[in-house]
Amino acid sequence: MNTEVLVGVLQRAVAKGATAADGYLIEERAFSASVRLGEIETVTHSRDARLSLRVFAGRASAAASTSDLSRASLERVVDEATSLAKVTAEDPHAGLPAPDELIGGVPDLDLEDASPSLSPEAKIELARQCEAAALESDSRITNSEGAEYHDSRARYVYATSHGFAQGYATTRFGISVSPVAARNGEMQRDYWYSSARKRAGLDDPATVGRTAAARAVRRLGARKVKTVEVPVVFDPETAASLLRAIAGAASGPSLYRRASFLLDRLGTKIASPAVTIVDDARITGGLGSRPFDGEGLPTRRTALVREGVLESYLLDTYCARKLGLRSTHHAARDGSGVSVSTSNLMLLPGRSTPSELIGSVERGLYVTELIGFGVNNVTGDYSRGAVGLWIENGELTYPVEEVTVAGNLLEMFQAIDGVGADLVLRDRTAAPTLRIGRMVVAGD
Amino acid sequence: MTELARIRPESFFADRFNVSSSLLERVLGGSLLGRVDDADIYLEYRVNEELQLEEGTVKKASRHVSQGAGVRALSGTRTGYAHTDDISLPNLEEAASQARAIADRAGASGAVAVPSRGRPHDLYTLTEPPVVTDLARKLDLLRKVDDAARAADPRVTHVIASLSSEEVVTLVATASGWTVGDVRPLTRLNVTAIAEENGRREIGGWGGGGRVALDFYLEEERWRGFAREAARQAVLKLRAVDAPAGTMTVVLGPGWPGILLHEAVGHGLEGDFNRKGTSAFAGRMGRKVASELVTVIDDGTIPNRRGSLNVDDEGTATGRTVLIEKGILVGYMQDRLNARLMGMEPTGNGRRESYAHPPMPRMTNTFMVAGEEAPEEIIGSVRRGLYAVTFGGGQVDITNGKFVFSASEAYLIEDGRVTAPVKGASLIGNGPEALTRVSRVGRDLKLDEGVGTCGKEGQSVPVGVGLPTIRIDELTVGGTAV
Repeated sequence: MNTEVLVGVLQRAVAKGATAADGYLIEERAFSASVRLGEIETVTHSRDARLSLRVFAGRASAAASTSDLSRASLERVVDEATSLAKVTAEDPHAGLPAPDELIGGVPDLDLEDASPSLSPEAKIELARQCEAAALESDSRITNSEGAEYHDSRARYVYATSHGFAQGYATTRFGISVSPVAARNGEMQRDYWYSSARKRAGLDDPATVGRTAAARAVRRLGARKVKTVEVPVVFDPETAASLLRAIAGAASGPSLYRRASFLLDRLGTKIASPAVTIVDDARITGGLGSRPFDGEGLPTRRTALVREGVLESYLLDTYCARKLGLRSTHHAARDGSGVSVSTSNLMLLPGRSTPSELIGSVERGLYVTELIGFGVNNVTGDYSRGAVGLWIENGELTYPVEEVTVAGNLLEMFQAIDGVGADLVLRDRTAAPTLRIGRMVVAGD
Repeated sequence: MTELARIRPESFFADRFNVSSSLLERVLGGSLLGRVDDADIYLEYRVNEELQLEEGTVKKASRHVSQGAGVRALSGTRTGYAHTDDISLPNLEEAASQARAIADRAGASGAVAVPSRGRPHDLYTLTEPPVVTDLARKLDLLRKVDDAARAADPRVTHVIASLSSEEVVTLVATASGWTVGDVRPLTRLNVTAIAEENGRREIGGWGGGGRVALDFYLEEERWRGFAREAARQAVLKLRAVDAPAGTMTVVLGPGWPGILLHEAVGHGLEGDFNRKGTSAFAGRMGRKVASELVTVIDDGTIPNRRGSLNVDDEGTATGRTVLIEKGILVGYMQDRLNARLMGMEPTGNGRRESYAHPPMPRMTNTFMVAGEEAPEEIIGSVRRGLYAVTFGGGQVDITNGKFVFSASEAYLIEDGRVTAPVKGASLIGNGPEALTRVSRVGRDLKLDEGVGTCGKEGQSVPVGVGLPTIRIDELTVGGTAV
């Protein structure tokens, strides 16, 4: 293991004059295979490592990273980070968390698959089965962007110059497929996937394939609708994207920059009482689970929003100090230093079935895909391209495309008047079906 | 980092990693040749530096090194790809055998590899590589920018100024014995301003750059312009009204609104989607896909532009590819794999995010050729519509052709006059149709400032766009004012 390498780097940083330092080492092996129309398309093997370092010179800090773990390169990284720290300004809020806040024992969250690895052929076969099921399930599926299988095995080690060094290992598996349906010259593509910490946790490849095919086929014959203000029902996949927007606005850096629509809203009602949003890093086998955050702080379950009231922001140590709050243990390490990220972010389920929610709409839009980047984190203004199905008298009717849905996220969350019971943790961020009372659908 | 100054890629990798061209040839020849249709090895060494000034002080300074090798074996439609971040002979050989395993199963298809071609250009040789430029000079620039943005308007409450500097050294060795390298500088200066008035807050941003040295930014008009623009955008939005909702005439301003081309037609004309028949433009070669006023070009050879390359990431010299000529679809952008499979020539559009990714057809700098009209006459021709001049990101569904792009600075047009600024809104359209509705093209072609990054299948690469002022007779605007 390369824990010693990381510890050695931190020691060198201190020897070079750093008053404190911390670092992260990620080592990863990955495999992916894509198959298109039954033929192998691309097979990729990889092996990567990256060491990222943060050094403090008093209250000034700098970061550096490298994928070259040779001795010469590591020495250069330390020298560069320490010399960069000399040009950055003193910041009274900079610094490592107190040593006694760091995690003691690392709990086993069951994030690593111990079962023997499949042969490359067997992995490719999973992708093949997935795509074959999509192609066979409906005669209108005439083409494919291909199916993919991937797996990765990673080990993370975090260490500080105070002598802390802990690590954990994870695995991740996934299959996905993107079939194309065609009729009368029209083509529609859709997508479905399954991801899991353990291979045995993946959905059956054929089920993934058939789901993707059904999603593509139901888009055939799509048309625009007239511009109108109506109730909008978001399916679980698109509803999850609304949660990501809330998490972005609740994250420390946007708050201390006063660039968030959730600024000064802690303890106030920001959503309808039907809305409870939780970030839980300790879910056994969860795709977003992690025993400790990017600063070695033990992770936990945080209620962001409880029955419509904003209860917590997402903070690392720096943002917390700057805002006069405490870290919520959401630090993440990216290449350029420390940032904030969620773990398993969920909107807790309500009691309605998706068909009850759709059935409650006389005339409106059921959204199954969103495209574009029209979300303003500062004001909450929201405008994105949408694909879905038109609801008429509580029934899904024809498919809809080339329209936008627009509103303001604060108003949209206040207007959630139906929460589905269908929460499934398919990814690190998940939501059940959501009904929003009113939004503007722009079309003809 | 002085070792990066004016280096030659071949000797760089030979000196630093003991990997010479003859050794690469041996790996290619010994492990790959004869059993596959085509093969290549890509070596990369990348240094990236980020400096960020916030609240008037240096908040962030970081430096990152990444290096690695990708080995690719191609057989028929199959690609075997293996990459490692440890550049050494045993690792290259292991990667080659992993890459080959997949091709072995197929056996060579007999199709002949497209020969690499073209001398590399010399589009961005700089007096001083930006990653070696003295930190003090860079910080001095950021301080001036920060001051200027805050001084621009009393309503500006927070400013972030950042400068990123990069240098990538690449070397590609192909099975046909062609070895070619590149040294690619890239810099970008960005300013974000947050403004506040009467409890309303807004954000504005501006930036630019390219394959340019620090000197580029030191011209007073340029850095001051970036700062002023960021502040102006933020302050302007404080009084923006709700954007309209529905289908209407849209006038796009020059420059960055060229993202329309990137989304509406660019991706759909990349070779891979057309070979697979999954693009809304598949099978439309030679057919009319735009109004006769529209000529669209992808050009990777414009000196110092963000999207330009001396050679692409497969060793093919970049070119100038006409995609649409007077409304007729005439060209695709190709990498070696898709060119070979489609019986076409590679166009120098084979790009990858890094050694960890196999190449695919990607855009470089994509723009529309200028027309003859005065921009103000184009605006004047619209009775009621939207005038959009700055955009955030865009996205396209290749298969059904639907694209969106989000306006961040836009105004209403009423009776031929630009009136109230409106809040950000997405514009949505259909790629094969949208450009048929272009009814006026201005004479004011402008390339963007140099901030674009394009994402495709999880890979990001720097790109450029350009557009003259154009009028599109019908496009759907996704506002909230019904």
